Amino acid sequence: MNVPVDLKYTKEHEWVKVEGNIATVGITDWAQGELGDIVFVELPAAGLAVAQMETFGTIEAVKAVSDLFSPVTGKVTEVNAALEDEPMLINRDPYGEGWMIKVEVADASQLEQLLDAGAYKELLGE
Amino acid sequence: MPYIPNTDDDRRKMFDKIGVKNFDELIDNIPEKLRVKGELDIPALPEMELLNEIEGLARRNRTDQVCFAGGGVYDHFIPAAVGTIIGRPEFTTAYTPYQAEVSQGTLQVIYEFQTHICRLTGMEIANASMYDGATAAAEAVVMALGVTKKKKVVLSETVNPLYREVIQTYLSGREVELVTVPFKDGLTDLNRLEDTVDENTACVLVGQPNFFGLLEELDLVVETAHKVNALLIIAVDPIAQALLKTPADYGADIVVGEGQPLGMPPSFGGPLLGFFAARKKLARNMPGRITACTVDVDGKTGFVLTLQTREQHIRRDKASSNICTNQALCATTAAVYMSLLGKTGLTRVALLSAEKAQQAAARIDGLDGFELYFKAPFVREFAVKTPRPAREVIASLLKKNILPGVNAGRWFKGLDDCLIVALTEKRTGPEIDLLVKGLKELAARDVVSRM
Repeated sequence: MNVPVDLKYTKEHEWVKVEGNIATVGITDWAQGELGDIVFVELPAAGLAVAQMETFGTIEAVKAVSDLFSPVTGKVTEVNAALEDEPMLINRDPYGEGWMIKVEVADASQLEQLLDAGAYKELLGE
Repeated sequence: MPYIPNTDDDRRKMFDKIGVKNFDELIDNIPEKLRVKGELDIPALPEMELLNEIEGLARRNRTDQVCFAGGGVYDHFIPAAVGTIIGRPEFTTAYTPYQAEVSQGTLQVIYEFQTHICRLTGMEIANASMYDGATAAAEAVVMALGVTKKKKVVLSETVNPLYREVIQTYLSGREVELVTVPFKDGLTDLNRLEDTVDENTACVLVGQPNFFGLLEELDLVVETAHKVNALLIIAVDPIAQALLKTPADYGADIVVGEGQPLGMPPSFGGPLLGFFAARKKLARNMPGRITACTVDVDGKTGFVLTLQTREQHIRRDKASSNICTNQALCATTAAVYMSLLGKTGLTRVALLSAEKAQQAAARIDGLDGFELYFKAPFVREFAVKTPRPAREVIASLLKKNILPGVNAGRWFKGLDDCLIVALTEKRTGPEIDLLVKGLKELAARDVVSRM
């Protein structure tokens, strides 16, 4: 299971990578594996506000739909438009080309509430 | 034996959970006088007596009247082949099928129905149908709220008032602002529309033709809606649609309508058939079931329900809609009707209805005391100003076995003298003569009584 050490995680299986005050958000390798082939992702438009652990979108695999939870509170600055035509990028490269949104972090202290790679691995039972 | 599957113990637990003492406390908000005391009083009759009783009731129905009433439900001719085809047991037991492996025939019919609706409206995707035009319109409004995440709904007052009532019901309990834009000269007041529609508007709903039968100036409505990224919902009459520019050409985002004119009798108001079509981009936000065409492992064409992840059985409380069935037999009827008539036949039905409407309107407009209520162009239905309340005109002509139209005053304040008259290809020359004569006599009697 690929759980990069430089990322933070939610219990709902989103990852977040913070550079400056911009957080890039996606779902973990484990989550994409559980979902199977992803056929559609519904993401918010840039400019919308998201709140920590509230849904910012939905992800649809062949047999299930799941909510996506934002690891941080802030404003969406960018959305991965490539996912509209090619949602399978999330299956192929969950931590890279499969990123979903970038959020301008409103409160950096929220990051401390997230899991680090070790704690997330523990959650997965590894 | 009453069919109540839960035990006393089950009920106890449920009451405890929601914090009521007993069943009486649960239904406390139902006024005492509305509650049934003791046993239901249902008489038991032998089959023969029951049949006599029911047939007696049925005889009180009037089926011999000449019908000029419309208002969303129309008296079109239904070819006998429609009844014969849909009477096949495979169709009469129809229900939206979950199991594709045993339901290919039903799924194919639904797919064909969706295809017909797409061709009629010009839209890219249609669902397997809804209860009626009114619920389809309400579902469209709810869908627009979901898509745009905005909180204001703008309706034209010229949209079928029954649709507006259902929309109001659907929106009650939601934090949504519902604004109705009044009409001017029978058409949506475009200045008022422009003043009302703002950045917070999720959708604009208009009828084409509208409830008075008139053609709305859609280009301007589209522009107003799209300028603020509101969705444009158009409610159409499927017969009139055969003659008109498609809603898709106007730029509609969602198209809804009443499918009853497509092979179903007016039948005292039902069952009806809602149809619902949208732009493909909005497919995942659509309510209802959707059938798709695909291939099986051997490469053979097959049909399945698709995009079910929007639906209640998978998405639970986050489903795009709570409708998880369709009007299968009515949709089948519409598919059969449209297949039998084809594009040429449907256009012919529409053209005949429209021609007869123009002729009847011209003759009524020439009668003393009567005139067309509005000047805008119409297709197959038109509003007439009556010399005395439309309600009385209807009562009077009913005595001559003519149902002359719909009383607009029932829904519109100040329009008590407005009779909405609808024509179909079924109305013969002599029947139209009868209507004109009936109205003329009525006006003459009024003149006499005034002298």
